[in-house]
Amino acid sequence: AWYILSHINLIEKQRETKGPPNGQVDLEVEKKEIKTETSNDGSGNNNANSSSPGSTSLGATSKSPTGPAEDQQTLLAVLQFLKRNKLNESVDILRREAGLSVEIDDSPGSASGGAGSGGASNSTVDGGDTNSLLSRVSIAIPAAPAVTAAPVPPKVTASGGEDQPDVNVVLSAYSQQGDPDLYPLYYNGLKKFIESVLDCHRAELSQVFYPLFVHMYLELVYNNHEVEAKQFFEKFSGDQECYYAEDLRILSGMTKKEHMKGNETMLDFRTSKFVLRISRDSYQLLKRHLQERQNNQIWNIIQEHLYIDIFDGMPRSKSQIDAMSGSLAGEAKRDANKTKVFYGLLKEPEIEVPLDDEDEEAENEEGKPKKKKPKKDSMGSKSKKQDPNAPQQTRIPLPELKDSDKLDKIMNMKEAAKKIRLGSDNLPSICFYTFLNAYQGLTAVDITDDSSLIAGGFADSTVRVWSVTPKKLRRVKSAADLSNIDKESDDVLERIMDEKTASESKILYGHSGPVYGISFSPDRNYLLSSSEDGTVRLWSLQTFTCLVGYKGHNYPVWDTQFSPYGYYFVSGGHDRVARLWATDHYQPLRMFAGHLADVTCTRFHPNSNYVATGSADRTIRLWDVLNGNCVRILTGHKGPIHSLAFSPNGKFMASGATDGRVLLWDIGHGLMIGELKGHTDTIYALRFSRDGEILASGSMDNTVKLWDTLKAFDDVELDDFTAATGHIHLPENSQELLLGSYTTKSTPVIHLHFTRRNLLLAAGAYNP
Amino acid sequence: MSIRTALCPTTAMAEERRPKQCTVVLPTESMKAMAESIGVGQLQEESCAALSEEVSYRIKEIAQDALKFMHHGKRRKLMTSDIDHALKIKNVEPLYGFQSQEFIPFRFASGGGRELHFYEEKEVDLSDIINTPLPRVPLDVSLKAHWLSIEGVQPAIPENPPPAPKEQQKAESTEPLKAVKPGQEEEGSIQKGQGATSAEAKGQCKKEGLIRMKPRSTHELSVEQQLYYKEITEACVGSCEAKRAEALQSIATDPGLYQMLPRFSTFISEGVRVNVVQNNLALLIYLMRMVKALMDNPTLYLEKYLHELIPAVVTCIVSKQLCLRPDVDNHWALRDFAARLMAQSCKTFSTTTNNIQSRITKTFTKSWLDEKTQWTTRYGCIAGLSELGPDVIKTLIIPRLTIEGARIKAVIEGPVVSNIDKIGADHVQSLLLKHCASVIAKTRPLPDNMEQYRVDYGYLGPMLCSHVVKARAQAALQAQQVNRTTLTITQPRSTLTVSQSGIGGSVGSRTPSIIKVPSSLTLMSTRPGTPTQPSPPATKYIVMATSAGASSTQQVP
Repeated sequence: AWYILSHINLIEKQRETKGPPNGQVDLEVEKKEIKTETSNDGSGNNNANSSSPGSTSLGATSKSPTGPAEDQQTLLAVLQFLKRNKLNESVDILRREAGLSVEIDDSPGSASGGAGSGGASNSTVDGGDTNSLLSRVSIAIPAAPAVTAAPVPPKVTASGGEDQPDVNVVLSAYSQQGDPDLYPLYYNGLKKFIESVLDCHRAELSQVFYPLFVHMYLELVYNNHEVEAKQFFEKFSGDQECYYAEDLRILSGMTKKEHMKGNETMLDFRTSKFVLRISRDSYQLLKRHLQERQNNQIWNIIQEHLYIDIFDGMPRSKSQIDAMSGSLAGEAKRDANKTKVFYGLLKEPEIEVPLDDEDEEAENEEGKPKKKKPKKDSMGSKSKKQDPNAPQQTRIPLPELKDSDKLDKIMNMKEAAKKIRLGSDNLPSICFYTFLNAYQGLTAVDITDDSSLIAGGFADSTVRVWSVTPKKLRRVKSAADLSNIDKESDDVLERIMDEKTASESKILYGHSGPVYGISFSPDRNYLLSSSEDGTVRLWSLQTFTCLVGYKGHNYPVWDTQFSPYGYYFVSGGHDRVARLWATDHYQPLRMFAGHLADVTCTRFHPNSNYVATGSADRTIRLWDVLNGNCVRILTGHKGPIHSLAFSPNGKFMASGATDGRVLLWDIGHGLMIGELKGHTDTIYALRFSRDGEILASGSMDNTVKLWDTLKAFDDVELDDFTAATGHIHLPENSQELLLGSYTTKSTPVIHLHFTRRNLLLAAGAYNP
Repeated sequence: MSIRTALCPTTAMAEERRPKQCTVVLPTESMKAMAESIGVGQLQEESCAALSEEVSYRIKEIAQDALKFMHHGKRRKLMTSDIDHALKIKNVEPLYGFQSQEFIPFRFASGGGRELHFYEEKEVDLSDIINTPLPRVPLDVSLKAHWLSIEGVQPAIPENPPPAPKEQQKAESTEPLKAVKPGQEEEGSIQKGQGATSAEAKGQCKKEGLIRMKPRSTHELSVEQQLYYKEITEACVGSCEAKRAEALQSIATDPGLYQMLPRFSTFISEGVRVNVVQNNLALLIYLMRMVKALMDNPTLYLEKYLHELIPAVVTCIVSKQLCLRPDVDNHWALRDFAARLMAQSCKTFSTTTNNIQSRITKTFTKSWLDEKTQWTTRYGCIAGLSELGPDVIKTLIIPRLTIEGARIKAVIEGPVVSNIDKIGADHVQSLLLKHCASVIAKTRPLPDNMEQYRVDYGYLGPMLCSHVVKARAQAALQAQQVNRTTLTITQPRSTLTVSQSGIGGSVGSRTPSIIKVPSSLTLMSTRPGTPTQPSPPATKYIVMATSAGASSTQQVP
């Protein structure tokens, strides 16, 4: 039953986001979809129109009534659909479930703040997920391609053109005819107008150029004006901001209506509204101009394809706009980052530290005990205080600590006591692990938290694990041998290991494509790997065999990571969806859909309640693990994001992209608070030191750079105004924050790791 | 479909080129050629155009997806596997048979007004494969650790790049007042010597605060460096030749010599000054070899020290006396060697601002033109000039051959003045003959008439004539050889070796075989002497050459 349920959920999701499963759906359904879409768009417009001063409260209230109503509708639609497809059993289950869940509505839903009605229609497993989708539908940004690409395991026939059927629906918006010859005139007229306005408005209004250009071009292409489209492109593509070059290149290839089918970039433009933030004054200016000129063509595009987020106050400067723009679909709406995020850390479980051996140590070395004890006390007191920003300890169920985990925690604390305090005048030492003879095949690296093991993923589908301590890797004995062991003996754990298999490295075979992501479990018993073959595999580091292959992505899986508490893990891939899994479920627990392009990297928040994903659509999203909601959308990168890192206190995040810039974010406020320039190529590795004073970044340009994050975070003045508007002045010179730059010998840096004592480990493959 | 066969190569090539060209469309001719290859004879022009546009668009789409795989593979180079994966996510069957890690050597052929790129697949004899020794087994991946930085300072070990890259050395010497960037500051602190700890250096920077001062240049060497310097200089001028070779090798290759460069430079210039006076030929030769080694070191930025090195080198070229017994010792070799050094430094360091080449040329010409110049100096001047290249010989030396010939004649055929003068004149004569003959052979039209030469070049004419004839013969011989070598360069490797080198990295160089002819094409070589194929068919294709990239990769031993 559980299986069917999740199945229904998936179908339902597809229904909601107008993605019929691989063309089996008949026309009627499609028609209905159009209907829902238009109604959605309408509601979206209503929202947009009603966003008057102080619109936040208004928007919230207007949203909540539509939520349940919409939900009812969809539920009915789903039931109809199921009936037509003779899935009576499922209908029953769904009915029962819907009826049941109304009663248990309060338990998970209320935590997320009222709008938990989505959860009602679903099983508890997937409730939050659908909820998030629903809320997104009501904001009128359906993530159609993302979810259509999400495959339905039993039904997928690997047709590849899954998103074909709804393309026509999507494109039909372009069917309005205008005189193709007038397009350049319109565009030029607007250009002249914007160039003539006051300086303070010009920068803001210039934002309109790019989305307008794209939509006008697409309209021309859609209406078969190939020549005009090409001319239009040639004439105006040079005006666009340089960070859109990548998208422009894709657009330039598209010159025929047929090309538009199945082109993901095009679908992104159509399905999501390009979001602009413009001050009220500038907006009025633009509106008046367009109405005076009767320029309906442009006005229509603005109405239909753009979402203009109007704010009161000073227009923003060019640099402020440039800092935030660059993403595939414009900036994030201000509303999108309003949800409260519990970024604090969870309370550390109190562990009885066996003091005897430490006391022995203390006796041996005089003077030390004084130093150590107050430290431990401070640690203890810190963990007793509940951080007001921390989520509830039981907000998401976490695995219980095992004895071995406790031992590890104790080790961790001991090591932490010997930690070097880093700072601008006390830089860490860097130990570089070079992979030799990798023949350009090293694609991913991970190092265990205690820095005892290194794993590498390779293009030849293998995963290799090395021990970097004298302790060699050993396999557990075979079952027959194990039965001979005396289970009562004290050294049973030692006895089960097969001494004959001891070696410094082990190879894990199983994938059938390059391994792009790799992650050790915190307890060092498991290893995750994600690959081009669409699977995530869980390996045992006791037996060095594959335990589970998690299927679901069907397309290359770019990254995967274990939760800091183990048990959960997240993966993201080419299908634009990030998935949350638990190691003992072969189906995902949550699907985070919303990105408009590949999910390129995934990271857990230190408190395990949130997941951050970076994407090729040049945005970062933060997702709530509890209910699957997207709680932050961070824009500002100008290239696909390839690395993410949370600060150890959970307050900040750093992200690195192909544009060679590192951006720093305040999670609580959802603000960009720093920009670190210096790298000249893709940043593949980012890591905060154990106390968060230093950020290390590793790049394709063969350098490791160290940044003074303490200073970067201190420099930010966060008054109420900037916090409210999100318009922040970035400090001009990030060079002052650069503490050091270390060049390797033609070895791109693809992983960084701070040991528990704050020694920096870096890894990469030598590329002669 | 045949389009697919063309897919991989074209995308690869498109990616190799500038990514900006986004409006490029495949030529319709390619469509026709592909259609023909699958048996579609008459393809209409419109369908070709439509096809090519569609194909171009699809190729671009696939290339863009392939780039994604390249980025996630953490590479800068697009590989064939990326394209395979891109095809896979589009649910297209991947291309089989393009497993090469390296550039696929595409060949270009034209003829009959048509052009074609094709991938040459050779027939490989099975017995050949069986009989070739197995390639070396590729080494397994291994992990190696080293210190990239110790408390903020990068240690100078072979695993790390040279402490100061050439650009930075240049930046420091040309723009010493430029504000020091924090990144360079780190490296600056390394140069401040391993003696001073980073903390000190840091503290210093902090004290400076906002006022950035010109970093004080340091003249201290660490103990290790001092030891190294002592060892090297002693070995260079010592008596043990084996040691010297080792020391010179070290100077020529060691990446970390930057800080010792001023010492070496002074050592050489002082050494030359002293030893010229003492006429110590051996030491002068050793010192010149040091200069050569320094110039060969790719990590050193020598421009700052030319003012010391060039005078030393020029001294060794033109000095009146370089040895104790000028009649016996072979100081001519030293002059030749130094002249070559001079030419090399002119080539590498001459710029429009320092004008080294023209200044050197002037110096040489001036003293050569001087009547009173001794034969030794005269020899040096001519050697120095002629090493500067054929253009200099043509414009400066050849016009003076008659005058110089007369002077030589006066010494050799005239009354015996001194033995030394005679030897000198002798050497000058052979030097002139050697350098001028090759230039004249290239510039002067045939025939080589002894009398005409005498008229044109005076006393040296007849001898020159015979040298020119010899040079021409040699050139013809060389040309043949060169022709042969270029042929082997354009020869692509067989598929077998490609795959081998892909894995193994090194394969013994194979003797090139004659170009194998693909069934549908006929090769017409431009070089005479190759057997042409019998019965040429209607369309002829002339193999021009593979692209430069291909030929260079093939030369990997």
